[in-house]
Amino acid sequence: MSNQGVDPGRRRFLTLSTAVVGGAGVVAAAVPFLASWKPSERAKSLGAPVEVDISTLEAGQRVTVAWRGKPVWVVRRTPEMLDGLTKVDSSLLDPESKQKQQPDYVKGEARAIKPEVLVLIGSCTHLGCSPTFRPDHPAPEIDSNWQGGFYCPCHGSKFDLSGRVYKGVPAPLNLVVPPYRFESDTQIVIGEDPKGVA
Amino acid sequence: MKPTKAMLKNCLHTLLAAATLAIASPALAAGGHALPYAFEPDTGNTASVRRGAANFMNYCSGCHSMRHLRYGRLGQDLGIPENLLKANLMFTSDKVGDHILSAMPGEASKTWFGQQPPDLTLESRYRGPDWVYSYLMTFYVDPTRPLGTNNLVLPGASMPHVLWELQGLQVQSEAHAADGEAAAHGEAHGPQFELVSKGKLTPKEYEKFVADTVNFMTYAAEPGREHRVSVGIKVVLFLILFSVLAYFMKREWWKDVH
Amino acid sequence: MAITPNPYKTTGLLGWIDDRFPLTKLWKDHLSEYYAPKNFNFWYFFGSLALLVLVNQLLTGIWLAMHYKPDAAQAWDSVEYIMRDVPWGNVLRYLHSTGASAFFIVVYMHMYRGILYGSHRKPRELIWIFGSLIFLVLMAEAFCGYVLPWGNMSYWGAQVIINLFGTVPFVGPDLVIWIQGDYIPSDATLNRLFSLHVVALPFVLVGLVVAHLIALHEVGSNNPDGVEIKKHKDPNTGIPLDGIPFHPYYTVKDIVGVGVFLIIFLGVVFFAPDGGGYLLEKPNFTPANPMSTPDHITPAWYFGAFYAMLRATPSFAGTQIWGVLVMFGAVALIFFLPWLDRSPVKSIRYKGPIFKIALALFTVSFVLLNYFGMQPPSALGTTISQIGTVVYFLFFLLMPFYTKIDKTKPVPERVTYEAH
Repeated sequence: MSNQGVDPGRRRFLTLSTAVVGGAGVVAAAVPFLASWKPSERAKSLGAPVEVDISTLEAGQRVTVAWRGKPVWVVRRTPEMLDGLTKVDSSLLDPESKQKQQPDYVKGEARAIKPEVLVLIGSCTHLGCSPTFRPDHPAPEIDSNWQGGFYCPCHGSKFDLSGRVYKGVPAPLNLVVPPYRFESDTQIVIGEDPKGVA
Repeated sequence: MKPTKAMLKNCLHTLLAAATLAIASPALAAGGHALPYAFEPDTGNTASVRRGAANFMNYCSGCHSMRHLRYGRLGQDLGIPENLLKANLMFTSDKVGDHILSAMPGEASKTWFGQQPPDLTLESRYRGPDWVYSYLMTFYVDPTRPLGTNNLVLPGASMPHVLWELQGLQVQSEAHAADGEAAAHGEAHGPQFELVSKGKLTPKEYEKFVADTVNFMTYAAEPGREHRVSVGIKVVLFLILFSVLAYFMKREWWKDVH
Repeated sequence: MAITPNPYKTTGLLGWIDDRFPLTKLWKDHLSEYYAPKNFNFWYFFGSLALLVLVNQLLTGIWLAMHYKPDAAQAWDSVEYIMRDVPWGNVLRYLHSTGASAFFIVVYMHMYRGILYGSHRKPRELIWIFGSLIFLVLMAEAFCGYVLPWGNMSYWGAQVIINLFGTVPFVGPDLVIWIQGDYIPSDATLNRLFSLHVVALPFVLVGLVVAHLIALHEVGSNNPDGVEIKKHKDPNTGIPLDGIPFHPYYTVKDIVGVGVFLIIFLGVVFFAPDGGGYLLEKPNFTPANPMSTPDHITPAWYFGAFYAMLRATPSFAGTQIWGVLVMFGAVALIFFLPWLDRSPVKSIRYKGPIFKIALALFTVSFVLLNYFGMQPPSALGTTISQIGTVVYFLFFLLMPFYTKIDKTKPVPERVTYEAH
């Protein structure tokens, strides 16, 4: 083997460019494989927005519906329950809901479009257990300042009646408020933003 | 850029169609006999596919389902907004994620027609667009059949001529009934039928109606078709570039070998 | 205890590995210091392409199994689910279904290369045996995969192929029921074919491919001249004079082959995945129906020749087993090729007219058999298939005689190669 007519610069250029183009091809070829793990149309269809009729939901009561396979709670809060929210502010980690655990149109300590109707995803922000609804108070076994809320049986995380997390518990964040809108006074659509909100 | 891309696409299609025809005889019907009409579907013609979807929903979906096609997919692929989709095409469901099911109860239909009307999602891939087109064109009056009509490509079809109001009623002309050979040459001029009672549509309009419907059914049989073809063009162009580079790289390295 | 330093004197991370695992040794033995004859031609692309297609089948297969349901009630729907609901699912499926055919094309070409240049001759008999086993397992693998979509063609294909075992004397009917796990091909059948298709057979296939390559790299590659490059080595380096390192020379060459192959392969995948009804059969676009056989049952095209032999063999003495024996015999004969060829030369370049005529007749017969295997039965087709079957068998069975009496040309000492 001799090296007649070999141009090392040309060789390096051609090898490098073939490698780069080929590498890009391999990356592109990975797309179908990776993308096929995304939720399929079936999963999306099953995760479509769900409608909840709250006309029969009594004050102080909760209903649980499934949205995207997760429990979603709808609680009709009493005026007394709403009053209790302020009382626990000092025990909470993020009383003003600064962390983005709710859509922008859900503000304040009530974390709701209409303060009396609370909508929450019922899975703990610690490791995903579903907390228990504990509207009763006082409940010294949970917290000395308990005004009603949600208590996670798995690791003892505590949330108030707006789903805001207490200080000093394993859960780091408030419970998530899903996107929802009122179709009418008694119909809620969970999984869709109100009309006019992007 | 646009026209060149379309031209390239057409060119590729023609080449491939030619290549496929060269090796394939299955232009014949499932039964092995020639079909009276040949039909080259065009699923890229969105307006036609959209009209076909409306035709299907209005005339076919009463009995036939498309149980693998979702309304939402249809709207997305054909550019139909959700409110129009719900108002004009969705008769059996109000959830866009649902499949297109027929309104007919399966058991009852068995007693009405002797069999359950088949699901049509893949009909155009199962029988071929030529067959579906021919089928919809060749219902004719046959008093010996219980429903009064028969079909040229599916003799003894248990389906009535649902579209008779549009096409009108035709009878097989004597000359043709005797001579099956003419059908073999088929192509544009189909078998000889005589219209005995006019329909709402002229023969030309009816042809277009059927073409739209078959375009839609061909789309429904493979909704991913347009996407794969457009990806394929990019892939092949990329590979040509890659192969040319690789070829010059190979030549450069092989200068070492004497 | 001190580690014996590796003989390659590598350092750093690579050195650390080489002290514990023969990474550099493997690289050198199989790529950078594997010396292959420099005169490989077109026919030598198909080995690396077979490897490429194998990888494609493994990857797309693993991914399809993530979405497919091996259940007679759900299988058909799950395939349509892949085609419609899974993002890029249709592309994954077409890559796999087209890949099956590509595998056979590439393997047939690879085997034909072996016959052309005597790549099966001593000392490469084991490479050929491993290769023949790969072909055999590939046929089983393809059959199992063909059944999985559970369309009507899948179903009746399973019915026909499994019933071949029914021709075995005495135990045939019981054997069929045992294979099916039911009285007809059913959920139990589908489930076991799935397990074989995605676990057992790929496992065996990959193992055989490794054995095939180990055997090849032990004795070295043959070449279009059929001469041993190891006969003439550089006295100083011990490197064959006509050998070039596989890497970089054949890696860069094979990459060109890969590029051209992918243009054709992906062209079919993206523009004609049905292959005019040959890659995806029309009757398979309707679910399995045990009550209704498709009008025209054809095997997958790559089984066409063997199916034609089956059909062309008449039954006599009250049994159809002869056709089955002929079909399996046709595959079995391939294994014996290294011992059937008695020619003093390996390559067709130096063989005489008798071999060339025999090979031409064999080639034409195989193609015709394949064609008529795909057609509906006809008198002409049967006659031609019968002649083709006889020619196929005679090509192998008479080989010891005609290769011995055939004239040969003198074989050069060194390979013929002209630099370009």
